[in-house]
Order: sequence, then structure tokens, then C-alpha cells
Amino acid sequence: MSATTHSGPAASTATPLSAAAATPRGRGERSRGASIALHAALITASAIAVFPVLWILFISLGPSTSWQQPHEVLRHLGLGNYRFVLMHTSFPKWFLNSVIVAGATTVLGVLISASAGYAISRMRFPGHKSLMWTFLITQMFPMAVLIVPLYNLLAQLNLIDSYLGLILVYCTIAVPFCAWMLKGYFDTIPRDIDEAGRVDGLTPFGTFWRLIVPLARPGLAVTAFYSFLTAWGEVAYAAQFMGSDHSTLAAGIRTFASDQRADWGSMTAASVLIAIPATVVFLLVQRHLVTGLTAGGTKG
Amino acid sequence: MTTATVDEPAPGTAARPPREPRPGLMTSIRRSWDRHWYAWAMVAPVVIVLAVLVFYPLGYGTYLSLTNANETNVAKDIGPVHIGATYHWVGLHNYWQVLSGKDGDFYPRFEWTVVWTVACVAVTYAIGLAMAMLLNRKVRFRLFYRLCLILPWAVPAFIGVFAWRLMLNSQYGVFNDIITSFGLPAQDWLGTPLSQKIAVIMVNIWVGVPFMMVALLGGLQSIPGELYEAAEMDGATPLQRFTNVTVPGLRPVTSTVVLLSTVWTFNMFAIIYLLLGNNTTGDTDILVTYAYEKAFTGVSDYSAAATYGIVILLILVAFSTFYRRQLKSEQA
Repeated sequence: MSATTHSGPAASTATPLSAAAATPRGRGERSRGASIALHAALITASAIAVFPVLWILFISLGPSTSWQQPHEVLRHLGLGNYRFVLMHTSFPKWFLNSVIVAGATTVLGVLISASAGYAISRMRFPGHKSLMWTFLITQMFPMAVLIVPLYNLLAQLNLIDSYLGLILVYCTIAVPFCAWMLKGYFDTIPRDIDEAGRVDGLTPFGTFWRLIVPLARPGLAVTAFYSFLTAWGEVAYAAQFMGSDHSTLAAGIRTFASDQRADWGSMTAASVLIAIPATVVFLLVQRHLVTGLTAGGTKG
Repeated sequence: MTTATVDEPAPGTAARPPREPRPGLMTSIRRSWDRHWYAWAMVAPVVIVLAVLVFYPLGYGTYLSLTNANETNVAKDIGPVHIGATYHWVGLHNYWQVLSGKDGDFYPRFEWTVVWTVACVAVTYAIGLAMAMLLNRKVRFRLFYRLCLILPWAVPAFIGVFAWRLMLNSQYGVFNDIITSFGLPAQDWLGTPLSQKIAVIMVNIWVGVPFMMVALLGGLQSIPGELYEAAEMDGATPLQRFTNVTVPGLRPVTSTVVLLSTVWTFNMFAIIYLLLGNNTTGDTDILVTYAYEKAFTGVSDYSAAATYGIVILLILVAFSTFYRRQLKSEQA
């Protein structure tokens, strides 16, 4: 990679134009071979990352048995699976349930974890250190030990088979990680801004709400993404806690592939439909993902 | 409202007010409340939700682990008849059963859980770092590559797993077609224990790489370019630049993501459960899925499931305490 070895034939021609080309390559430029290798590696990796998703999309466009004959799909392209899922199953109902639960989890989760994260980042109070440690520990609770007691608890509170119960449960999964991330993100925002707000007569909460929240958008985007995905894709709690009327997509879709009936065609179409909102949310926040995630992670 | 309830010393400087002679307990509580109520109010929602929905169930689970509760003796309603609970306190009996290896399952499951966690985290980290380093260069179509590579994270896990299940199907799956076209032998991926293990690790890596990559990419971008230039001036080879600039620069990110992903992988329930469903011999169960099966299949054995849960928790707490202490001593 040393910069001097690549002057090449261009160096011998004396025109000013090629003189520019002959200047030693800086760091970050590379030979054509290296470029090809780089692109080849990235293309391979991208293909592996994308293939399973595209494969489901591909199968879903065929007839309902197409997963057994992938070769037939191209000859019988159609939206039959989608029509069936949308018209003849409870899919729209599940979809609505999931939107309610995931939307509420995102809003509630981001709000309370942001306020907690801000308090931990800016204020020193008794319990401040142990709270951070608690957030980490909470990540370690195996769901298997919580699910039975949680079920009993929700039953006592009359929250089984209700949106609120599931939303709160999802918040317990999402909030510790989000608060941890956001605490780190808030740490990167200069304290001068808080002080300026305080001088102008804002309360601490006013400072947080009017000044810090708008500045922390990348961090908030990441946590929103994380909360939404947690709620959108969680299976075990949803299956145990919600009755058939309130079941979410993740729980409902399993009925397509029960032991008696394996309707893989509907399953693929439903999967694609479920993946769409998640992908849209992802596209909205992906610009912020890198900055938001690292600022939080490093300062943990 | 605006009484300076919130003190803000820069972290580390800790501008403590001068110590007064010990005030009475009530006064000190009130003073502490006056100073900190604002902070407490802001963390209260999180604390309440966690206390009610995590710590209470945890306490209850701990209690269950000290009894012999199972499906036959817990309180239940059969029609209008209410039957009270008849399980009783057994002390540490359950823990003894598990830790002495008497139940015959703990150590084999633990061994596989460790293999699974180490394999997944190590490979995921390696691939994630490689991808991050590729994406951190000036490359055409960088945005496109980045979007493709993050996609497995954006798709809900159960859908990703479902896609893999279709692909790995031994009869119709496309995965065997692909690897045979590279000259590798076809496998019954979801059939034998060994290939099942390889399959679940593979799928977990597929799911886990994007998070790792994004976090490390951010870490790479935060390393100042001058460091690389200086190293290059000093004649460092690319490998030396990697080991002496990149690796130390990534340490803060690395320590966090390795800790988090170890914990997540150790407790990764969804992928194993959804990919293999019921057609396993039990060899592929990690501790978490094993505990889940104890609680929900056959005669539900709540106390054993709770015991496993607590043991898992203790293992992870011990690990992360050790890990953080190790990191601190390295930094010092």
C-alpha cells in the first residue's frame, strides 16, 4: 500500500493533466485490483444478507405450493397468496393490533427512557450508578423465568388480553437498552446548552424537552427503531398473553403453519406484508443509525 | 420549581457541599428529597415499570424456584371450583438437583450454551468488523451496500428465521441447491443434531451481524484520521496500523457490544425455538429454551423452569461483573 510505488507510466508523460494523475496516491485510494476485491466482498456479503428476504418475496408471488417447486414460480406469477391473506384470514385484524401495540410501545418507551436517560446523564442523585447497572442486569433476565410470574401478575391486574398489558411488557424489554443508549447519547451533547437554557429560565424538564430532545434526534431515532422492532417481532409473550381477538401478527401468523395445516403460501405472503412496515421504519431512521448507536454505546 | 434542585458538577469533579455535622435522619431525608426530587421524578416511570413488571416477577420466580410447584399442584379454577395451591417449600433442593448434575441435563445444556455463545459472538464480531472496515472506505454505492447489509436487522427476526426454514428444508430447500452448485455435499440441515447446531449458529450470525457492523462502523468513524496518517508516516504496515490504531480505537465500542451480544446470545430464545420447532432431540436446546420447555411442555414444571432461570441470571451476572472488572484493570 505504500504510496510511492504506483507512479506508473503516467509519470513519464509530462503534460500537466497527467501530472495530477501521477501524484502519489493518498490513503484511501487503491489499485484497481483492490477495488475489485473490495466490491466483490461487499457484493457477496450483501447477497447473503439480502437473499433470504428476497427468496420469501419470490416464493410469495407464486402459487400457494410454490415453496415446493421454486422453478414453477416464474411461470405462474400472481398475487393469489396476498389476496387470500388479506381477504380470507384475520390478517388485517392482527395487523391493526400490531400497529397499535408497536406504535404505543415506541412512543411510550422512547419517552420514558429519554427522560430517564437525561436524568442519569445530567443529574447526580442517589441511585444514579445502580440504575445504570440495573439496566444492564435487566437485559440478562431470561424470559423463561419471567413469563410464568408475569402471566400471574397480569392476570391479577386484569391486563391479560389487553393492549396495555402487552405494551407495558414490551416496554420492560425495550426501555433498559434505550435508556442506556440515550444516556450515552446525551453525554455527547455539551452541557453548555443546558446551562444556557437554565439561564433563560427553563426548568430542568423544559431544558430537556425544548433543547436536548431536538438535538438528540439521531439517538432517539435508533431507540425508536429498536422499540418498534422489539414490539413488532416479539413472539413468545404475544402468544401467551393475548387472546385470538387481540393477537398480534407475530402470534397470529403461526396459525398458518399449525400442525394440522401448513399453508406456507399464505405464510410467505404474510411475512412480506409484515416486513414492509419494519423496513419503512428502518429506511426512515437508517441515516441516524451509525451516529446514534455509537455515541450511546461507547459511553456506556 | 426552579430552586436549584439539580446540581450539575461535571462528572468526576463531584463538587460536594461541605460536610455539616450529622443532621437528623428526617432532615437528611428531606434535604435529599429537596435536592433530588426532580431527578427522581424523571426516572420514576422507568423505575416503576421495571419494578412492577421485572423485579416483582423475578422475586416471585425466585420463590417458585424454592418450592416444588408444577402444573398439578398450583392454584387453578376448574369451572366454578377453585382449587388452592398445594405445593410447598423445598428450600434449595431444586438448585442442588441442577448444580450437582443430578437432573442429568444441566451440564450438557450448559456446555452447548457456552459453545453456542462463544461461536456466535466471535464469528459475528469478526464478520461485523470486516464489513465495517470495508464500508468505512470510500467506495462507490456505499449507501446501497450499507442498506443491503443492515437489512437482516430490519426484518423481524421471526420472518428471517422463517425464510431460513424454507431455504434449509431438506427436500425442497434452495440452500442445498446453492451449496451443491459450489461442490459441497447436501445436508439434512434441520434433521441431525450436528447439522441443526450448525444451522442455528448460521442463522443467528445472519441475524446478528448488522447490529455489530453498525456499532463498529460508528466506532471506526470516531477514530481520528490523523492517527492513521501519523502511523503511516512512521512506516507502519497495514497490519500494524490495524493492531496499533484500529483495535485500541475500537476498544470502548468493542467492550460494550461484546458484553451486550454475549448476554443476548446466551438468552437467545427465538431463533432456536422458531427454527427447529418441535423436531429436535433436545441436543440443540440451550439453557433458555430448555427452561421454556420445562415450563410449557408436558406436565409444566414451574419450579424447575424458575430454577434454571435464576441459574442463568446468576451465570450472566457473574460473567458481566468479571468482564467489567477485567476491562477496568486493563485500562488502568
